[in-house]
Amino acid sequence: MAFSDEQVQRYSRHILLKGVGGKGQRKLLNARVLVVGAGGLGSPISLYLAAAGVGHLGIVDPDTVELSNLQRQIIHHTSDVGKAKVQSAARKIADLNPDVEVIPYEQRLDAENILDIISGYDFVVEGTDNFPTKFLVNDACILSDKPFNQGGILRFQGQTMTHVPGSASYRCVYREPPPPGSVPTCSEAGVLGAIAGMLGTIQATETLKYLLGIGDLLVNRILFFDALSMQTRVVDVKPTEWAEPAASNTKIDRLVEYEQPACDLNLERQYGPKGDAT
Amino acid sequence: MRTTINGVEKEIDEATSVLRLLEVEDVESPDMVAVQLNGTIVDRSQYAQTTLENGDVVEFLYFMGGGA
Repeated sequence: MAFSDEQVQRYSRHILLKGVGGKGQRKLLNARVLVVGAGGLGSPISLYLAAAGVGHLGIVDPDTVELSNLQRQIIHHTSDVGKAKVQSAARKIADLNPDVEVIPYEQRLDAENILDIISGYDFVVEGTDNFPTKFLVNDACILSDKPFNQGGILRFQGQTMTHVPGSASYRCVYREPPPPGSVPTCSEAGVLGAIAGMLGTIQATETLKYLLGIGDLLVNRILFFDALSMQTRVVDVKPTEWAEPAASNTKIDRLVEYEQPACDLNLERQYGPKGDAT
Repeated sequence: MRTTINGVEKEIDEATSVLRLLEVEDVESPDMVAVQLNGTIVDRSQYAQTTLENGDVVEFLYFMGGGA
């Protein structure tokens, strides 16, 4: 596939970049990424992946744009209030980069639809606002051997990790969702809007690194940052035996007949070097 | 005894349990974190019974449920 003159210009800073180049840019144009959530995290994730020329972007979100979203959900504008988030996002992306095909899913992911939806993608990025969906995406990706990045934010802090088959997953660290009400949500405790940008761009970067096959992913590592102190910590984590979907109280329970445990302790399948805590 | 809590060396009382450490470190609620002790996640039901030893390395891995 040859680049058009327009594409050579559009992606010139990638094509120049050692580690991407023309070959990497072609990989991005052929890649299929599912972004779960078109909110605070999904906005920068989708915008940067679209700008980078990731050719096929699935975007899942059942909600419509509200005025209170605009403080951080930068893909949506004031004139979008009341519109479906996936349609609002699709319009911005079409304007940003016509090379990108957006596949909108105006629906909530559940145990019935998630395996089918994620099956069409190379990589999944999760940026939702609730623990049941975080665990559902985790478990579905584990069951599907699907690499994914997970992210969460609260107040002035962010947290993210990347999973590839065989590595530690979200459930290896957080065995079960916290009891309802025990951990405040952003709608209860607030979040500095720019935190969504800080974490979302890390998530987009992890996605691009995975697609390009470069660098060391946050695999078997979990990253935390606190924007008030501007301290970042990366903590090594490892797969745990308990992280089977059967141990969960999420909807993925219905799929427990799968034989693949959530965290396969086959060390040979672990991916990437482990970084020291910093 | 000497321990390392979230990368910072701290002197704590002998036989401090994980549950007690969460209080000492002002964690709002034990439900808000996963606790990693020397690289292994501590089962939530064992916080009271698990006591720290000299040289232990502890990480509090906070739940962050936001994203939208």
